[in-house]
Amino acid sequence: MASITLEGLKKTYSGDVHAVKGIDLHIEDGEFVVLVGPSGCGKSTLLRMVAGLETITEGTLKIGERVVNKLEPAERDIAMVFQNYALYPHMTVYNNLAYGLKNRGFKKDEIEKRVQVAAKMLEIEDFLERKPRKLSGGQRQRVAMGRALVREPAAFLFDEPLSNLDAKLRVQMRVEIKQLQRRLKTTSLYVTHDQLEAMTLGDRLVVLNAGQIEQVGTPMEIYARPASMFVAGFIGSPAMNMLPVDYLNEQGANGLLDHLPDGTDIVGIRPDDMHLAPPSAPHLIVDSTLALFEAAGAESHLYVTLAHSDQPTVIRVSGQPPVAEGETLRFYVTRDALHPFNSATGKRTED
Amino acid sequence: MVENRPWANFFAHAVLIVGVALVVFPVYVAIVASTQPPDELMRGTIPLLPGSHGIENYTQMWQSGVSSANSPPAALMLWNSFVMAMAITVGKLFISLLSAFAIVYFRFRFRMFFFWLIFITLMLPVEVRIIPTFQVVADLNMLNSFAGLSIPLIASATATFLFRQFFMTVPEEMLEAARVDGAGPMKFFKDILLPLSVTNIAALFVIMFIYGWNQYLWPLLITTDPDYTTIVMGIQRMTSEENPQWHLVMAAVVMAALPPVLVILFMQRLFVKGLTETEK
Amino acid sequence: MQTKRMTFPGRWLPFALLAPQVIITLIFFIWPAGQALYQSVLREDAFGLKTTFVGLENFARLFRDGSYVNSLSVTVVFAVGTTLLSMSVALLLASTVNRMIRSGSTYTTLLVWPYAIAPALAGVLWWFIFNPSIGIVPYMLEMVGYRWNHRNSGSDAMLLVILAAAWKQISYNFLFFLAGMQSIPQSLIEAASIDGASPIKRFWTIIFPLLTPTTFFLMVVNVVYAMFDTFGIIHATTQGGPAQATNILVYKVYADGFIGLNLGSSAAQSVILMVIVVALTVIQFRFIERRVNY
Repeated sequence: MASITLEGLKKTYSGDVHAVKGIDLHIEDGEFVVLVGPSGCGKSTLLRMVAGLETITEGTLKIGERVVNKLEPAERDIAMVFQNYALYPHMTVYNNLAYGLKNRGFKKDEIEKRVQVAAKMLEIEDFLERKPRKLSGGQRQRVAMGRALVREPAAFLFDEPLSNLDAKLRVQMRVEIKQLQRRLKTTSLYVTHDQLEAMTLGDRLVVLNAGQIEQVGTPMEIYARPASMFVAGFIGSPAMNMLPVDYLNEQGANGLLDHLPDGTDIVGIRPDDMHLAPPSAPHLIVDSTLALFEAAGAESHLYVTLAHSDQPTVIRVSGQPPVAEGETLRFYVTRDALHPFNSATGKRTED
Repeated sequence: MVENRPWANFFAHAVLIVGVALVVFPVYVAIVASTQPPDELMRGTIPLLPGSHGIENYTQMWQSGVSSANSPPAALMLWNSFVMAMAITVGKLFISLLSAFAIVYFRFRFRMFFFWLIFITLMLPVEVRIIPTFQVVADLNMLNSFAGLSIPLIASATATFLFRQFFMTVPEEMLEAARVDGAGPMKFFKDILLPLSVTNIAALFVIMFIYGWNQYLWPLLITTDPDYTTIVMGIQRMTSEENPQWHLVMAAVVMAALPPVLVILFMQRLFVKGLTETEK
Repeated sequence: MQTKRMTFPGRWLPFALLAPQVIITLIFFIWPAGQALYQSVLREDAFGLKTTFVGLENFARLFRDGSYVNSLSVTVVFAVGTTLLSMSVALLLASTVNRMIRSGSTYTTLLVWPYAIAPALAGVLWWFIFNPSIGIVPYMLEMVGYRWNHRNSGSDAMLLVILAAAWKQISYNFLFFLAGMQSIPQSLIEAASIDGASPIKRFWTIIFPLLTPTTFFLMVVNVVYAMFDTFGIIHATTQGGPAQATNILVYKVYADGFIGLNLGSSAAQSVILMVIVVALTVIQFRFIERRVNY
């Protein structure tokens, strides 16, 4: 059990490739922090640097109070769950779980005890004598987690562990991982590219882009007040719509946009903040034509083209509203649903 | 990976350098010996560095050989080896491509029978049937000829099986498209299958050229005429003398080893591919 | 065996395509093999006038013959020695190269080329190095008091041919070991590292067990190599001597048949070699199947 502190962490590959460009982050003891971002943003590299699988070019890494930059992976008291599980194919599940403990000199009965406890927690007791190739994807996933569990390390590191599972299994495992972590209270660092996974799992999220941190915060903070256009577009599905202030003023904003902070030239509006019926609070009115109607069960996505603009926009409504493709559509947005950004810096313009 | 074992890297390089040295050592010795003047080696001293007589030795070997050992000039022997190697290689490739094509793309009676017939040849290297095969070749008057040197060796199954395996991975759609385009089987073979197989052919070329060049037992059996001596045979004859002229022998060895080694070095990737594919 | 679902029509074309290989196979493989089988159960009398059917008598004679039994044991020693030496050196080199990120391909190129050298040439090279009068190794051995002479000492001769045979085969084994190691996912090594395994421990508990299919495969290939492809080494160096010390089976067949002109015995020996090859090939295919399923 320990905190993890990253100070100015950088990773540069030969050929001047800057994969990680200076990360400062402090993870509290027992926290579940998710690193999320698109492919190539450096999240896996960062995780592997914490694990010791990649060397650190610059900066300091602390686990607890120890500076661990130069320590080998085995000496850092961490355990990792790999994306492709990395189970030893020639060993039984039991031996897969026991391997790490054997290498550290644990006694047989202590190993037996720990393995049984972990197996019970993950419901894999029946498979202990099987080899990995006889297990399903979900079962292998659990064994991979079991391997991390038995070590009782200071921190768990997860490298996109659910990516190889089918959608349904993914949802189920997500819940189990969260419950497990709550129970064990082990510090956890989790990497994913799936924003929904990030939102549901993390106590805090770290949104990464091109080797740098875009925003750190609780899921709700990030959802409600994205700090940049990148974060706004990345978190939340369907993605936030970005509408230029000038366009909205031309369409008749009734001075609603005058109170926006200086430098705002573009506002973000979440698809679910666009209403088909006029709300009581002061609001904008925008006309559009419905291009595509996507019925997604409990909700619908309306893809519209805005009047006098070729900007594609998405509206999210519950149920199936009685509108047809080709019809004109008018929607309403209240002032507090506007997220102000400056398109040059990409950052949010209020503090 | 972070690894705190500074000795590990040093040790690894040391092991590899020793390994490479061991591997290179015999050839280095050959090069050293091949550049010594004739009496240097007779004296019983063992030089460790290349001598100065290289050009003379190689020229002598190339032009005149060692007649006392019934060994013709290296130029001739190298040519013989080359012809034999190319004949075997081209022959093998040609035959195997045709056979694999027939087995994969046609349905006919006895198909399986022929398949197993070819398979059996995997289990009959020339070493297990030397005398009867010799008799056949002698009866057919093929002793002391390039035909005799190459034809009996070109029908082995490895290449056929490799091509068969490869052909089976060619998508059905190619065949269907060809038929729709009105191409008969031989057109399909020439215009579509062969171009697709080029990498495999090249990979096998390397392996087979080396195999053909290094043939020993078979040429030993069926050639007695010095005009047909291959370079490997010639070297053996030179070493079976009472007092071999080592400087010439080693010059010949270097010349004999050079072509296949060059082929491997320049086509290393194809060579590795050829090795790993033929062993599946 | 699968067939393409679509095939070309053709009555005579497939036969024409197969003809070259089949004809050559029949003439130069099947017929001689049949002849060998036939001759192995015959005996010519001393004058070459009458041949009688003698059943398995030729085979029984062989196994009663001291020199044949000697040849069998010599072959076993030679095959085992070559295989062990060649495979262990190759394994060591492959596992070391596997760790190298940058210089790996250079070292590989430097280690691969002996494959191109004919076995006979390998024999000649090592024969020269170990030449009692002008070889460099006897010179060094004499300094520690050992007089090397493979012309007199059977064990020296055996050592020489094992060295030559193993040396040539190192490249082949090296390539296959390296390919096998490289097909092991890097994440397994990383997981083992996190699990506290040192590099040496990782090799013996993870890498080597996962190489088992490759190892078995190479063992069979190496034995076949040692038994059949090494004729050139023996013939170019020791000619089976001294005193039969290196008279491996494949050399003996040649010596008895071609030089000694004992047809019946040579044919019987050929048949025995055939049986061995068949057995080894069957084992090889069995293990290749295993390899795919690991």
